Amino acid sequence: MSDLTSSPLGSLEYDPAPESIAVAQLRESYGLFIDGEFTDPAHHESFVTLNPATEQPLANVAQASSDDVDRAVAAARRTYEAVWKKTTGAERAKYLFRIARLIQERSRELAVVETLDNGKAIRESRDIDIPLAAAHFFYYAGWADKLDYAGFGPNPQPLGVAGQIIPWNFPLLMAAWKLAPALAAGNTCVLKPAETTPLSALILAEILQQAELPPGVVNIVTGDGSTGAALVDHPGVDKIAFTGSTDVGRLIQQRVASSHKHLTLELGGKGANIVFEDAPVDEMIEGIIDGIFFNQGHVCCAGSRLLVQESIADEVVRRLIRRVDQLRVGDPLDKNTDVGAINSAAQLDRIKELSGYGEVEGATRYTSSCALPDRGYWFAPTIFTDVSQSHRIAREEIFGPVLSVLTFRTPEEAVAKANNTSYGLACGVWSEKGSRTLWVAERLRAGVIWANTYNRFDPASPFGGVRESGFGREGGRHGLEAYLDV
Amino acid sequence: MRLPPVTTKPVVDSEAQLRALLSGLSGVDAVGADARAAKLATRSLKKSTKLIAIDLAISMVDLTTLEGADTPGKVSSLCAKARRPDPLDESVPSAAAVCVYPDLVAHARAALRGSSVKVASVATAFPSGRASLAVKLLDVRDAVSAGADEIDMVIDRGAFLSGRLGLVYDEVVAVKEACGDAHLKVILEAGELVTYDNVRKASWLAMLGGADFIKTSTGKVSVNSTLPTCLVMLEAVRDFAEMTGALVGVKVAGGIRTTKDALRYLVLVNETTGSVWLTPDRFRIGASSLLNDLLMQRVKQRRGVYPRPDEFSAD
Repeated sequence: MSDLTSSPLGSLEYDPAPESIAVAQLRESYGLFIDGEFTDPAHHESFVTLNPATEQPLANVAQASSDDVDRAVAAARRTYEAVWKKTTGAERAKYLFRIARLIQERSRELAVVETLDNGKAIRESRDIDIPLAAAHFFYYAGWADKLDYAGFGPNPQPLGVAGQIIPWNFPLLMAAWKLAPALAAGNTCVLKPAETTPLSALILAEILQQAELPPGVVNIVTGDGSTGAALVDHPGVDKIAFTGSTDVGRLIQQRVASSHKHLTLELGGKGANIVFEDAPVDEMIEGIIDGIFFNQGHVCCAGSRLLVQESIADEVVRRLIRRVDQLRVGDPLDKNTDVGAINSAAQLDRIKELSGYGEVEGATRYTSSCALPDRGYWFAPTIFTDVSQSHRIAREEIFGPVLSVLTFRTPEEAVAKANNTSYGLACGVWSEKGSRTLWVAERLRAGVIWANTYNRFDPASPFGGVRESGFGREGGRHGLEAYLDV
Repeated sequence: MRLPPVTTKPVVDSEAQLRALLSGLSGVDAVGADARAAKLATRSLKKSTKLIAIDLAISMVDLTTLEGADTPGKVSSLCAKARRPDPLDESVPSAAAVCVYPDLVAHARAALRGSSVKVASVATAFPSGRASLAVKLLDVRDAVSAGADEIDMVIDRGAFLSGRLGLVYDEVVAVKEACGDAHLKVILEAGELVTYDNVRKASWLAMLGGADFIKTSTGKVSVNSTLPTCLVMLEAVRDFAEMTGALVGVKVAGGIRTTKDALRYLVLVNETTGSVWLTPDRFRIGASSLLNDLLMQRVKQRRGVYPRPDEFSAD
């Protein structure tokens, strides 16, 4: 029966089914979105954003200097004092609803832009990123006039100007996670998109104009790390919200430490997917695959460590390998693509470097037999077995499509291994026995625990980490706390 | 690449053994199964893939009429349709089978003589199965002796739901024996078993009992074939093949009316069991109105515009 398992797709090869890019009418260059207008940066510097799947340039984007950040923060402050602070919750909700609906209206365009700029599969940007972004605005629109009942006492007040720095893995979705609760709570914002993925945030700027959001309520400054640093250090900012790497998060915390600024950090992770022998096997395999290969593994809560009960380890690995070989890797715009391109050359280098340690340290590597395109940044889905807790691939966040498989014997051992990390963002537990799932979940040190699923997101559900995965919650009622003076 | 374990056919010679085997099967997480099926439903088949898939679907159709009002005339015209679905285009494959009640098998047999189209018949007190085993076996033998190539039996859902698994198993074994050379399709009636766990258990029970095919439903209850039900059954035949080496087919039936529906099932097959099952010998679609939609889409793919529905015979 080996032919059955090793070559699953014979006669029904799928012809290319590319999404049309005509809908994405990108401009040649984008300025900074300050005070409701696209404006040139003070020093007329710009950079090029690439399509990581082809290495072709997509657009020129302004590089914001500290002078530009000054201007953006000033606009946000002015608008906060003069307009937004006095705007009622019901009125703020009106804008949030409008933004949500406009995201839905322009969802195809946004999905294509996201896929072009990020490299993620169009199926995911179309079915996950964009709908969830709209859902976040809808959700927080509902809270804007009900803050009195959010559990933070009567008449909770906004913080003022929020500086928000977001990563490149879910560009629009992370913008929504940051902006929606901040605006609902009555803050004004300066948003800094990631250097490699600024485009969907700039389309969002157009949407804010369409929604007639008062100028200056949201300002978007594109640029590299220096732009982010200028925002973090700016004395006119009351709150910094950052999503990104633990190293940068640590730096930000140091720089903010001696200031009045509020801070929330959503950082890295090394999520454990814990599989017991009574797990629902087919859905568990899908969950492991989704846990690590969703968005090319560029997910802070990725289930990058598989902890599998030793009694079923061989069977699980055999099924996993069969499934990995089925993943369709390639053109992100193809509607049938499962795994797209790595977001940047730098990230690809890092994935190669870290996964290289796997073999050196004695783990067994299995790489998908899929063909990779010649141009662009690609990394074939990879599984390491025979991984030990002490291996670097079991400890460090790779942020790519690389899974490390470890085994355990008892629930106690599973918990001990899952917690033996400096991170604490997310874990998954797979078992048909509810009492065991609850026993394990109670003992895991992580902000999010999924039972018989993985990488499920909903605006009503709070998300965030403990320990080196950061602090503060996004989503749900809890997400409001990050933007209220409570 | 690690190879699967050596294939062995499990021995079932007591109800206790059967029970142990079925209760040892992995559970199905319903949310996960639904999500997987929904995800595969977004696959996009274009150009030559679509043409191949449409022809494949046509060749997998069990063209079915199971009405009280069925007559020899109705069956004859259905048989003509199954032989040559589109009389103007010789490249259109024949349907896989014509499926009728036992008393009309002889008519179908005569009408299909000389063609590759099989005669399938529902038997065992279809669709409820509420009759004694003796009556059910008589029903089967009647259809087989009239010339049926394939028998679609129903399991005793009442017995299954009340835990009398041995009884259900024994019936499958007895019907298989009564079938002789005829192929046996075992209808689980998933809409009455309700849970995916039950569907998985019933799938294995039927396969252990000797089913050549397992079939989702009769088409006579409110919930018939669904994508996730089919997914669970495909997983069962895949795992059974790995364990025993025997390739059992899957038939979906009830409510599949459009090409889009049919292609979604083929994608499910393609990505669950692989192409080994993409043949009428291992996958069937029980339907009637589906065939004309497949023909219409086939012409549309070639001509670029939709033909009028009246270009195709009603049955």
